[in-house]
Amino acid sequence: MTFFLITSALKVFVVVNLILVGVALLTLVERRVCAWMQDRLGPNRVGPQGLLQPAADGLKNFLKEETSPAMADKALFILAPVVSFVPAMLTFGVIPFAAPLPTRWGIVPMVVADLPVGFLYILAISSLGVYGIVLAGWASNNKYALLGGLRASAQMISYEIALGMSTVAVLLLAGNVTLSQVIAQQQRGLWFVIPLTLAFVIFFVSALAETNRLPFDLPEAEGELIAGYHTEYSSMKFSMFYIAEYSNMVTASALMATLFFGGWDIPFTTWDSTGDPSVVKTLATLIVFGAKTFAFLFTYIWVRWTLPRFRYDQLMALGWKVLLPLTLLYITVLATAIWFLRIRLGWEYGKLMAGALGGLNLVLLIALLWWLDRGRIVSGSVAQEAA
Amino acid sequence: MAIGVKVMKRPTQQTSYLRATLKGMALTFSHLLRPKVTMQYPEEKSSKDWTLSSRWRGTHRMLTDEQGRAKCVACGLCPQICPANCIKLVPGEDEEGHRYPLIYEIDEFRCIFCGYCQEVCPEEAIHVGVHYENSEYSRDRFVYDLERLTAQTHPVSTLWDPSDPKGE
Repeated sequence: MTFFLITSALKVFVVVNLILVGVALLTLVERRVCAWMQDRLGPNRVGPQGLLQPAADGLKNFLKEETSPAMADKALFILAPVVSFVPAMLTFGVIPFAAPLPTRWGIVPMVVADLPVGFLYILAISSLGVYGIVLAGWASNNKYALLGGLRASAQMISYEIALGMSTVAVLLLAGNVTLSQVIAQQQRGLWFVIPLTLAFVIFFVSALAETNRLPFDLPEAEGELIAGYHTEYSSMKFSMFYIAEYSNMVTASALMATLFFGGWDIPFTTWDSTGDPSVVKTLATLIVFGAKTFAFLFTYIWVRWTLPRFRYDQLMALGWKVLLPLTLLYITVLATAIWFLRIRLGWEYGKLMAGALGGLNLVLLIALLWWLDRGRIVSGSVAQEAA
Repeated sequence: MAIGVKVMKRPTQQTSYLRATLKGMALTFSHLLRPKVTMQYPEEKSSKDWTLSSRWRGTHRMLTDEQGRAKCVACGLCPQICPANCIKLVPGEDEEGHRYPLIYEIDEFRCIFCGYCQEVCPEEAIHVGVHYENSEYSRDRFVYDLERLTAQTHPVSTLWDPSDPKGE
């Protein structure tokens, strides 16, 4: 018990600090990648290659004046950044980030809390983040902030459905919501991205919307709403929204890596998941997990500096008219296929079943792309002519 | 949305969001690896693509003769022509009747860097220079006296030559 408490406390400390440092570095990565994509160099003055830029930014935010709008609802105004910051920090807790670490006193699983409810916990807690944004928009007593908060609530609730539905596919295949079990199942066969390609695509798009990143950054929409829900915030309160946004990104990327890309599993080898745990294995899997997460983070940034923002009605149309029916249809097809393979043919999840489902997904994906390419799901400024 | 607006029928490859997205992603990624155009200013002041023009009209410079005296003969043409009225000149005369400036001051804040003083100068004494970094800690440091004007070492402006308008 003591061992459990001590290791848990240590893990919480390490993970929270790693996320904060990761978020700080991510802001730098974001700015530099953005600059490179625009043929610039980006911030490279503070420290080697600009590595201390986040520290300078943080210091600046601590020292800046804290403004408080005269007509704002003081209590909610102060509460809002906390409400958005805390869930962002909490969600990473259930994601396993490496193979178990052996110590002299016992084996330490490399996850803060391997909850049986697994990714349901992430869905539940990350939904709380929207309260922070809506409260911020409301409490600021500012038109733009309120519009940003409204958009945020509509957007996050709409895309949460598609996001949750796409994880149902993972549940069907893994038979468990505990993330360590999801990873174990993927180690048995292939990564879920192959048998569940479409679910991954839907999850990725919804995750972009859930974290308020371009092309779905309507709550912020600096061209239309100044800065959206955090217009009235300054100093460290603003910084907390910023950290919350980026740590949500980190969690979403880590979750994508865990659900669809095998988590800390090293591809093309069973060395990491079989045999006795060792320190080398823990480190190697940690690096692999970090690389997978970073790949998704890079994609986030890449998408942000490529695509323009959706219009509000386009956003809603995509969420409700395309993604939601698509996931429901997909789950039906997938459940039927899994039922057929597992019950009628008696297969267990392995490479063969993953491959068969992968084939099905490939067909579905091609059909979807063919349809997306022709049917203009995102209508232009003019409604399509009635036929 | 808008009512009664005619929508052109276009081929799929022109209207497909999917292809446009992929094309855009490829484009931004290719830019990620291209050489950057940023000039790292304090270290790098010119690159092979960009240098300050030799016609640049910047901080003034007073040229000197062999004895190190200012070439200025205090004729008064430059304060006369100066549209910003930034040149202060008090002429003096030595025993042999040579005129020289007792006080010659240029207020770089008032100056509009038109270069008329250089154009009008019969002795080719006062020049505008190819130089732009003149920051100071106090405002009064921007009034350059004769000593400071002669101490400048940057190249002088070639100005615009009417017989060679393109600078060839």
